[in-house]
Formats: sequence, structure tokens, C-alpha cells
Amino acid sequence: MTYDNENLKVVGTRPVRPDGADKVTGRANFGADFSMPQQLIGKVLRSPHPHARIVSIDTSKAEALPGVKAVMVGEDMIAMAHEMSQSGESAIDVHDLSLNVLARGKVLYDGHAVAAVAATSAVIADDALDLIDVTYDVLPHVSDVDEAMKPDAPVLHEDMFTAGMDEKPATASNIASRMEMALGDVEEGFKKADIVIERSYKTKAVHQGYIEPHAVVANFAEDGTATVWCSSQGHFAIRDLCAKLLGMDSSAIRVTPAEIGGGFGGKTTVYLEPLAIALSKKAGRPVKMTMTRAEVFRATGPTPATSLDVKIGVTNDGQIVAAEADFRFNAGAFKGSPVGAACMSAFTPYTLENVKVVGYDVVTNACKSGAYRAPGAPNGAFAVESALDELAHMLNMDPLDFRHQNGAEAGTKAVYGATFREIGCKDVLVAAKNHPHYKSNLGPNQGRGVASGFWFNIGGQSNAAVNVHEDGTVTVVEGNPDIGGTRAAMAMMAAEVLGIPFEKVQVVVADTASIGHTDVTGGSRVTFATGMAVTQAAEDVVRQLKERAAATMELDPEEVVWQDGVAHPTKGEAKPLSLADIAGDAARTGGIIVGRSSINAKGAGPSFATHICDVEVDPETGRIEILRYTAVQDVGKAIHPSYVEGQMQGGAVQGIGWALNEEYVYNEDGILENPGFLDYRMPVASDLPMIDTVLVEVANPSHPFGVRGVGEAPLVPPLAAVVNAIQDATGIRMTELPVSPVKMLEALEANQKQAAE
Amino acid sequence: MSKIHVSTTVNGDPVEFLCEPQQTLLDVLRDELQLTGSKEGCASGDCGACSIELDGRLVCSCLVLGAEAEGRDVETVESIAVGDTLHPVQAKILEHGALQCGYCTPGFVVAAKALLDRNPDPTETEVRYWLAGNLCRCTGYDKIVGAVLDAASEMRGETS
Repeated sequence: MTYDNENLKVVGTRPVRPDGADKVTGRANFGADFSMPQQLIGKVLRSPHPHARIVSIDTSKAEALPGVKAVMVGEDMIAMAHEMSQSGESAIDVHDLSLNVLARGKVLYDGHAVAAVAATSAVIADDALDLIDVTYDVLPHVSDVDEAMKPDAPVLHEDMFTAGMDEKPATASNIASRMEMALGDVEEGFKKADIVIERSYKTKAVHQGYIEPHAVVANFAEDGTATVWCSSQGHFAIRDLCAKLLGMDSSAIRVTPAEIGGGFGGKTTVYLEPLAIALSKKAGRPVKMTMTRAEVFRATGPTPATSLDVKIGVTNDGQIVAAEADFRFNAGAFKGSPVGAACMSAFTPYTLENVKVVGYDVVTNACKSGAYRAPGAPNGAFAVESALDELAHMLNMDPLDFRHQNGAEAGTKAVYGATFREIGCKDVLVAAKNHPHYKSNLGPNQGRGVASGFWFNIGGQSNAAVNVHEDGTVTVVEGNPDIGGTRAAMAMMAAEVLGIPFEKVQVVVADTASIGHTDVTGGSRVTFATGMAVTQAAEDVVRQLKERAAATMELDPEEVVWQDGVAHPTKGEAKPLSLADIAGDAARTGGIIVGRSSINAKGAGPSFATHICDVEVDPETGRIEILRYTAVQDVGKAIHPSYVEGQMQGGAVQGIGWALNEEYVYNEDGILENPGFLDYRMPVASDLPMIDTVLVEVANPSHPFGVRGVGEAPLVPPLAAVVNAIQDATGIRMTELPVSPVKMLEALEANQKQAAE
Repeated sequence: MSKIHVSTTVNGDPVEFLCEPQQTLLDVLRDELQLTGSKEGCASGDCGACSIELDGRLVCSCLVLGAEAEGRDVETVESIAVGDTLHPVQAKILEHGALQCGYCTPGFVVAAKALLDRNPDPTETEVRYWLAGNLCRCTGYDKIVGAVLDAASEMRGETS
């Protein structure tokens, strides 16, 4: 059923989240906060080379060190065949995953795991790593995506032949796959254009930058079962991937989710977990492993560096008649960049008759890229929205009007095949145009940019149980780690359905043995899909409450209505019964009441966002200051508006960092030069103004409360919004990210020189 | 090398511990004293998740050696709420929804309280610069800054 937004009592308010007190006092247990008696400390030896053959590994001296209880190398892992394992938002090749967890044969990037040890203390474990002798035969390497595509580039995988070609290529290459999608006929479309522009752009790899490094404790028992405590975006995925890589039954591994200190897509796969289980098995004791920050940067999954070409044709009255793009994504050491999502999303805020997008997934000697918030979409949008901004200038059109004229709406067919139902794309553009920010004045060296973005959002598998206690309070049990206040959202939806106060509902994120499989906290799916499961489980409770009440009232269940937490008879003289009345009597009327739901949620409504950014560019230093920023987004229905705003603000700021400061710097030797927060510069409080938000609520008809995912779309527009603002301030079009002060100053000086000539 | 014996005061209580010479105060707090509210984000003083007060001075405990705590006064996030009453900074962070994952939050709580102890009426800019040593990746800082300004206002007795 769907709920009338006019009469909501809990949904749409801003209560304090149920897990709040633990998180402001330091009491909440994150990944590294858990310890066990007898626990050993595990550490990983990592490759110092970007590409090398492993000739030999001698672990004998490490094994002989007192206090060392287990040492393992790649050969201790099971050989895996290529097989795609669904992991919620994306699929993972378990063959590649196994090699990424621990290298065999070759190392493929600086930081690639080569061996692991477990010892009685961290100091001894570190000493043991120093005692492992690895002999490498260093090979030529390639870090850049365009270089890696050249025929003479060093090839990482001898068995990789480009997929998606009409004919299988004769030779192995670094191009894992080519994909193409199209609507209409772009060649015919370009013939109708009055203006055609072709531009190229580049972005660097950037990291999710979660503040909590990966951490795990694993305890392998003599009966062949393992218990794991770790921080992740989905403990079911951790369980299933560990089971696959270690040849164990899923039922033999029980994963308890710790609180998670940020993920943004980066904690949807395994790095340490299989090693911790395997070391614990060897040692016969629990093993705790935590990454250092340098390990997080060197050996987890940043979003790919990309090289992007865009060609767009418009008529003089501002109609886009053809659009084409060629996207090359640097997947890192193993295939599987989100280039497909980039192809599917880049032009999707627009209604286009003729569009063609080609994407390449390319491997290089860099750490294996991972998911990062709307994976692929920010890159594609950076290119498209930059080009559209140029076109708006050339057409002398307001950039929001230009976008609105071509904007997607209900009935628009996207290049990836979907035809949209109710969407808020144009509503968002109108709200941006009407915002006081857009009408405000700018000073010298200041400029304003806008950009739009789209993200699919997903549904997926979710489970929920609602346990009704004898005193009329309720516990919701679900399976999604709470990264951003989702316990609050779940409690609010349950309270709304049951008609009881928010404070009467607690929420537990249960371990893998205590609730059914639930897909990862990713794809902006939790409030949508798990929210739908919780809503249905609460409705299941209401159904049972009505049955019990009806029996007590000697009526049929249809003769009872549920309103504001009370069962009212529609006929006769029976007294209304509250949830607490019925629950208190449950033992007598059939046993304790539990509501359940297990769903594969369909109909996740897509999100559209438009951001407005003002910058000031210092002509002396090239420093770019963000003066004012407004994020506008179609959020469907905001269950807890503060946390929706927070998603939009956080996404915008990650995008500002991506645009201005953040980058993976691989040097000529293929070594990552900046694996720390000092040299990988994420935005800090003093870099930023307040981030204004506008929540446009176009209800998603597929969700009982109208929810759309909100978490990812806010990272799609900012890259271009910032660069378009820089163009407005300086007249200079920056096409390579990040626009660091050095790069900006060089461009300003080149511009001055050109003007003088 | 043998361990070092240290006598210190943590959150008002006398405490003794043994630590390795290279062990940081953060590691001692977390691993020896089970005070896991202080978090490690970088171990290089860049993220502020391990913020504590040492003799009343705001420091990153990952940049202090355990042995340096000898005879000092250490205050961690665990000391900030009194009984079951949250400090206004903590209460306002919750009220504003100024946390998402919550991992950086203990560091922000310690740093923000230290600011308001010194400057009860900070400007937005002063809050932003004081908190510039604390990284938050989730919130974009907007609601954190708002919560700290609101807490300051409440502590000054103004109605917010």
C-alpha cells in the first residue's frame, strides 16, 4: 500500500537517530574496536613494484621468529576459475578477487599483497614481514589509461582478449572490454546541427576517503566454522565472497557487522577478511587485522582515472540534435571499472533522439579500482556538462534554460533502454533557476557554474523482521550496515505504519545468521529497498494485530481498522485495543507477534540533481575558493530530511575535492607518491562555505512513502559545476582534474601571455 | 627492549600502564586501556579522529608517545558526557543530524568542546578554522559547524 503524505506523523520529521548517543560518546564499536582473548595481530607484506614476476618467496626466517604463529603466501589460496559473483550493485570476478587479495605469479601494482603473517604482537608481525625474502623480476609497467591501450604497452594479463568486439582479437591486450550503446542515428543528427563541438577531458583516480581504515577480527574454530567481525557495507557479501575464496560453506561463516566508518562504495568487497580467516585457521587463534592509511590508499579500490571525449551538436535555437562520447576508464590491475554506468548515465538528464556512447574498460598497473558513489557517473557528467556549458555560452543561452529545453521527463527514453515514469529532472532545474543563489550578484574574479547529473538508484534484496514485545515496544531487525542514519529511517517508517511513537522502536542490524540475505548498503538502495521491507514487515504486524484484536472482539479481521496504533471495531460494542493491549495479551492469543518481509525490491526511482557553484579565483596564486554552493535534487520523499540534506552536502563536498584537490599521483616508476591525508588533500572545514540544499519531492510511485535513493546523485554534478564556475570567473576552460592552484596559475599565465601577444 | 612503566591521569582517574617505546598514546588508550572512543584514521596527525586533551591542550594522540603521558593529565572523548547527560556539543550534533557514519565524531566532539572552553562565542569562520584539523568525509561539515555554533549559543544561555 502507499501512504498519504498529507497525514504522516513520523515520516518527514527530524528525530534523534537511535544509534546517536553511542556515536557522540565514543561507545559505538567500529571495525577496529573489537578484540578477542588470545587474539593475534595480522599484517600484510606488499609489493614495492608496480609490475613484476614473483620468482620466489622465502618465509622460513619469518616463520622461525618467536611469536609468529602463521605465515601465508598466494599459493595457500585456492586457485579460482573466472566466475562473476553478484555483489549487490556490481559483479565481481572471483578469480581476479582472489589474486587481488593475495598475488600469485605476478604483482600488478605498488601495494599488491604478497604475503601475510599473524603474530602475538604488532611489533613482532612487522618484524616478521621484514624477514620475508621475495625475489622479483621487475617488468615494464603502465599507469596511464591511454598509454595502456597502445599496441606496444606492457600487457598485464596474457589471457585478456578484448570482450565486446565483433571478432575475438588475435592478441592479448589491456583492453578488457569495449561496449557501445546508441539511440537514433548520430551521423544524421550531426547533419542538422548549426554548432558542433568536440572536446577531450581527463580525470585522475580519487579515493572514497572514508576515515575508518579497513579492519577485521576472524576466529576459525576446529569444527570448520568461522566467526568474523568487520566493518563493511554488506556483511552478507563479505560472507559469500570469503566462502567462495576459501572454499567454505556460506553457513560456516558468520559475519557480525561492526559500525562502519564510511564506505561510499569502497567497502563492498573483501581485502583483509579472507586473509584473517585463513591465518586464524593456520594459527588456531583469532586474528585481528587493520590497514594503515597508506595501505588503504595503495591497495583498496579508488575510482578510476578516466580519459573522455565528447561531441555534441545543437541547432541555433538550442536543441541538442546529436551527442556522442568515447569513455576510457582505468580499471587498475583487474577489469571491472564502472565505464558501463558512465556510458548509461552521462547524457541521461536529456531527451535525445540521436546519441551514441562507446566505453573501454582498461587495465593498468594501478590498484584495482572500486565503486565510489554513483560509480562512473561523475566522470561522464564532468565531460558532458562541461561541453554543454560551452555550448550554452556559444548559444548565448542561460545554461539552466538550455538544460531545461532539452531536459528529460516522463516518457523520455534513455540510451540504456529505460523509459522514465515520474521524474524530477525539470522540476529540479526550475527550482535551481528560482533559487536566490542563482539571482545573486558576483564580484571581480568570481564566477558561477551549474551542472546536472543523473543516477539510477537500485532496489535489490532486503529482509526485515519486526518483533513486537509484550510491553508494546518494537524492535526492527534488518541487514544493512547503517552508514548514514538508516536505523532512524527504518524506525520512522515502522513507527508510521504501526502508529506508535518513534521512541518505541529500536533497530538492530543483525549478523548473517540472524536475518535473511540482504544486499549491500550501496546503490542508494537502503531507505528505498530495506525501507520497503521494513514497511511490509510492519504491515504484516498490523495484519496480525488486527486478527488478534478481531478474535478478542469476536469480529472478522475485516471488521477491525487500524488507526494511530489502535484497533477499532467498525461495529458492535467492543472496546478499541491498542498495540500494547494486544501485545500484552499475545501469549494467550497465539504467541508473540513477529512481522516478516523478504523482497527483491523493484522500481527504484532515478534521481536527478542540479548544483550551483560560485568560486573566486585568486589571480596571484591560482587558488580557487568556493564562495557559495547550492545542491538541488529530486529526493522522492525525504523520510528524515536532515540525513537527506546531509547526503547532498557530503556528496557535493566530495565532488569539490575531486574537482580541486584530490588525485592519485603515480610517479614515473609506477609508485603511488601520496598515500596519506597530508598529500592526498581532502576538503577541510575551512575550505568551504555552508552547502545549501533544496529538496524537490517528486514521489516515486513504486515505494510506499515515495522514496527515491538520494546518496549517490549528489556526487554527479559538482565536478562540472566547479569547472564551469572557474570558466565564468576567468574565461578559461579547464579540462583536466583536479584544478590545483599550480594548474590554475599556469593556465592564467598562459592566458595573459596569449592576450599580450 | 623492555616495556616502559607509565603513571598518568586519564579522565580524572590515576592510571598505570606498560607500553613499548614506539607505542603511541592512541595505541595505549585503545589497546592497553580499552578506551576505543579515540579512533585511528591516519596515524599521522592529519585527520583528528584521535583528538584528546593533554594537560588541557588539544592534540592528536597518534602524535604523542604513550611514554610521554607520564605525569600528565589525559582527557578523552569518554570523559565528555557526565553520567547520562550529554555535553551540549554532543546533544547538538545529534539534534542537527551532524554525523552520518560517526567515525570522526568523537574527534570533532573533543575538538569542538576545546574550542568552546576557550572561545564561548566563535564566529563561523573561527569554528571552521579550529576544526580544520578534523576530517569528515560524510557531512561536508555544514551541519557540524551549525551544531557547534548552536551549542555555543546554548552554553551562553541564549535560546536557539
